Amino acid sequence: MASALINVPSSARRGEIIQIKALISHVMETGYRRTSLGAVIARDILRLFVCSYNGQEVFRAQIHPAIAANPYFAFNTIATESGTLVFTWTGDNGFSATESVAIKVE
Amino acid sequence: MKRRDFLIAGGAIGAALGLGAGAARATPAEVKEAILQLTGAAPVKTGRVTLDLPPLVENGNSVPLTIRVDSPMTVADHVKAVHVFVEKNPQPYVASFHLGPRAGRASVSTRIRLADSQTVVAVCEMSDGSFWSGSADSVVTLAACTESD
Repeated sequence: MASALINVPSSARRGEIIQIKALISHVMETGYRRTSLGAVIARDILRLFVCSYNGQEVFRAQIHPAIAANPYFAFNTIATESGTLVFTWTGDNGFSATESVAIKVE
Repeated sequence: MKRRDFLIAGGAIGAALGLGAGAARATPAEVKEAILQLTGAAPVKTGRVTLDLPPLVENGNSVPLTIRVDSPMTVADHVKAVHVFVEKNPQPYVASFHLGPRAGRASVSTRIRLADSQTVVAVCEMSDGSFWSGSADSVVTLAACTESD
């Protein structure tokens, strides 16, 4: 099972720009590597990462095999209101993972 | 052996020699075409986009990359998307990041793979429809493996 590490400040002032960091464990097998016998190792990557803040999308990344294993993204958003940040990763072979983090805005 | 069989066999040998997917490389021309597909006919101006990439990389399997775009990030004037391309990986595409006025600050960090010493290009799509680009070069001593285990 995939495990994700997410760093969001637990509380923020209203209107403050906060940085969000998200990392998930995933091999990101490119599909360009071969075994010692010459067989191509099938591609197994994440294709999409979405972060939404109280249901509104604030960041989306479409990714390709050139993203390193265990994809890491750091981005910013404005703390508008208390609520939940939902992180979704989707990829090959039906991969899907969702994490949510609560944020308190004063 | 029929001609068709011969061609198929030749193709198989070519693949076995590493001329297949494993050794394929994107080219600067492919990057240009990928950017053209993205922008249509709109001109791409140089500037406003800064790439933070180490000039010398020991391990191409995980290279930190930060992209910053000079933009006020207001509803009227913000960055819609940042697209990243490379010239010598098997594919020219790296990632497309979609932002909006809710981001507050146009800055994205990630870690990428580099299969060779090369130029990384970022093309930024603004809310007014204009495109801006920036690039950075990196020398890679150990390439991200595209071959055997």
